[in-house]
Amino acid sequence: MQLTDRKKVVVKKEMSLMEKLYIPAITQGMTITLKHFFKKGATVRYPEVKREIAETYRGQHVLKRDEQGAERCTACGLCAVACPAEAITMESAERRKGEENLYREEKYASIYEINMLRCIFCGLCEEACPKEAIFLTDRIVPVSGNRKDMIYGKDKLVEDINHPIDLSYRQTKAVAEFKKDKTKAHNQTWKDKQNLIKEKSH
Amino acid sequence: MPITQYIFFFLTFVAIFSAILVVIDKNPVHSVLYLIVTFFALAGHYLLLNAQFLAAVHIIVYAGAIMVLFLYVIMMLNLNKEIEPHKKNIPKFAAVIAAGVFMLCLIALLTNAQKGMLPAAQNENIGLVENLGKVLFREYMLPFEVSSILFLAAMVGAVFLSKKEIN
Amino acid sequence: MLIFIIYKTILVLLVFLISLGIAAYSTYAERKVAAFMQDRIGPDRAGPFGILQPIADGVKMFMKEEIIPTVSSKFLFILGPSLAMLTALMSGVVIPWGGHLTFGGQTFPLQITDINIGMLYVFAVVSFGVYGIMIGGWASNNKYSLLGALRASSQMISYEIAMGLALVALIMKTGTLSLGQIVAQQGDGLWNIFYQPLGFLIFLICAFAETNRAPFDLPECETELVGGYHTEYSSMKLGFYLFAEYINMFVSSAIISSLYFGGFNIPFQSHFGFDGNLLSLLQVVFFFGKIFFFIFFYMWIRWTIPRFRYDQLMFLGWRILIPLSILNILVTGVIMMRHEIFYYLSNIF
Repeated sequence: MQLTDRKKVVVKKEMSLMEKLYIPAITQGMTITLKHFFKKGATVRYPEVKREIAETYRGQHVLKRDEQGAERCTACGLCAVACPAEAITMESAERRKGEENLYREEKYASIYEINMLRCIFCGLCEEACPKEAIFLTDRIVPVSGNRKDMIYGKDKLVEDINHPIDLSYRQTKAVAEFKKDKTKAHNQTWKDKQNLIKEKSH
Repeated sequence: MPITQYIFFFLTFVAIFSAILVVIDKNPVHSVLYLIVTFFALAGHYLLLNAQFLAAVHIIVYAGAIMVLFLYVIMMLNLNKEIEPHKKNIPKFAAVIAAGVFMLCLIALLTNAQKGMLPAAQNENIGLVENLGKVLFREYMLPFEVSSILFLAAMVGAVFLSKKEIN
Repeated sequence: MLIFIIYKTILVLLVFLISLGIAAYSTYAERKVAAFMQDRIGPDRAGPFGILQPIADGVKMFMKEEIIPTVSSKFLFILGPSLAMLTALMSGVVIPWGGHLTFGGQTFPLQITDINIGMLYVFAVVSFGVYGIMIGGWASNNKYSLLGALRASSQMISYEIAMGLALVALIMKTGTLSLGQIVAQQGDGLWNIFYQPLGFLIFLICAFAETNRAPFDLPECETELVGGYHTEYSSMKLGFYLFAEYINMFVSSAIISSLYFGGFNIPFQSHFGFDGNLLSLLQVVFFFGKIFFFIFFYMWIRWTIPRFRYDQLMFLGWRILIPLSILNILVTGVIMMRHEIFYYLSNIF
């Protein structure tokens, strides 16, 4: 089966005198290298200059908190199931009384680890998550000389409560509209739920 | 004593010492290297005799080409002490006798030789390329050309030997 | 006499230091040229534009652990790189770097010594340079080093013949072996390249082969021989080998430009009307410009043309360059003797 029309049949014909001299071929090669000598290189000097990346660039993960600062993750394990590289592991735990402001649902992830050496940054965990807990950001995972350092636990994954990571620019308009609708259970925080229960009882 | 005399004695010492080491040293590669040192001392002697051209050619041809080939061949051979074949005594006797006869000849020659510096050393320009060329191509034209035929014969012989099969 | 000795000492030291400095910065230039030709940037971290890179490399070389193989001959192992460095530095002695400087009625030529067999001296030093590689390769007691050394020696002997024959044609034209006189002859007339274009081409190719530069870098061919003759070397001994290669490149560039490109002469220099000392300094600058061009040319070739196969190398040396250089001698002789030949021919017919 012919895939392309670019095939070239190799012919071993006798070289002409001009070709045997090799000098025209050498000068041709040297003009090519000289042209490249004056060409601007494509190198980006990384630490000083950062290459422009797409808005939907898939970099280091973040475990989001909700508006009240409670972790959204409920340790359902869908991300781990979806992960083609099997990079995600987690352990679940039950929420105690008084931890409502820490964890959004009754169940939460006591251990959540992503092996960045295995992760292929496909974004399927983000797709699978029903709780809008895990997102891929535009941050670049820094290198390390140690395998242990590349297994990211909750200390590195959960966003800082004082410096939430804004991901709204990565979302489509429809998603942003949907998130405003507080009647949907998906968007309700624990306090919203409490308020709704109070309203219903009145 | 002029400074050239000191240089002469130093060069002579180096030449003879390293020449003896060529024979004595057990490692053939070291022998070749001592031979190169000997050649350099001889080139120094040529310079003392105002024969700069000869000195340069001596280094280019002997030290720079022939000894490289010697070294080349010796490096290719695996000359370990373990695999060295047992040598018979007859060649040793033959070598001693031949060397002794040669030494006798040398002594006989040197006793008749003139003493003192060669007359050539007084003339500063005698070793220049121009003068050498004039002598070589005017007075010694025929021997020069005959020696080139000799080299040609050697080259033909080498090519002949390197051919594997001749129909 | 004392002034003479002091002056010569200063000149020798200057040539020595400039050779080392240019060799050091050639390594930097090589990496930069290679980078630019491959659309990269090259070293740019040490200092502005990476200008301190050679110093960093030198410090690194000195700090590295020194390893001497226990089974090899220690004296010869050290002698190898020393000889390579010695022969590389020795040939700079006969190169005329400029005209004369005049101070207080005394003239100081900008050439360490103008011996009447200058070209032969350079040739002798170059032919002796192979020992540094051979001894180092053999003393390493490593098969790759030995193979590199053997390749180097056979390559250098093969190309010395063609180089010498190309020079013979040039010497027939100039009538002298002294580099100072060869350069002086080109002062007013045409450069020798216009009289000896074929000879120049042969000499250039042989100079590439003699300095073991690509495409003739088979002695250190890393795809086949690990590192060739310097596989077992480390620390500054390796540095000496690498340095010697760059000094050789510098000196051969100087010799090529003195023999074929007018040396320190500036074209139409007699029309400018500069006075002696200024002209001499300008000549030195101009000469270094020519040398830098040839160093660049060496690098340009290296990053353009792939390495030869060994049989191709031998084919080129023995079956193309040597017959060509003999033909060049014949043609030069016929052109030089054209009046006599015409005279004889007109007598016959």
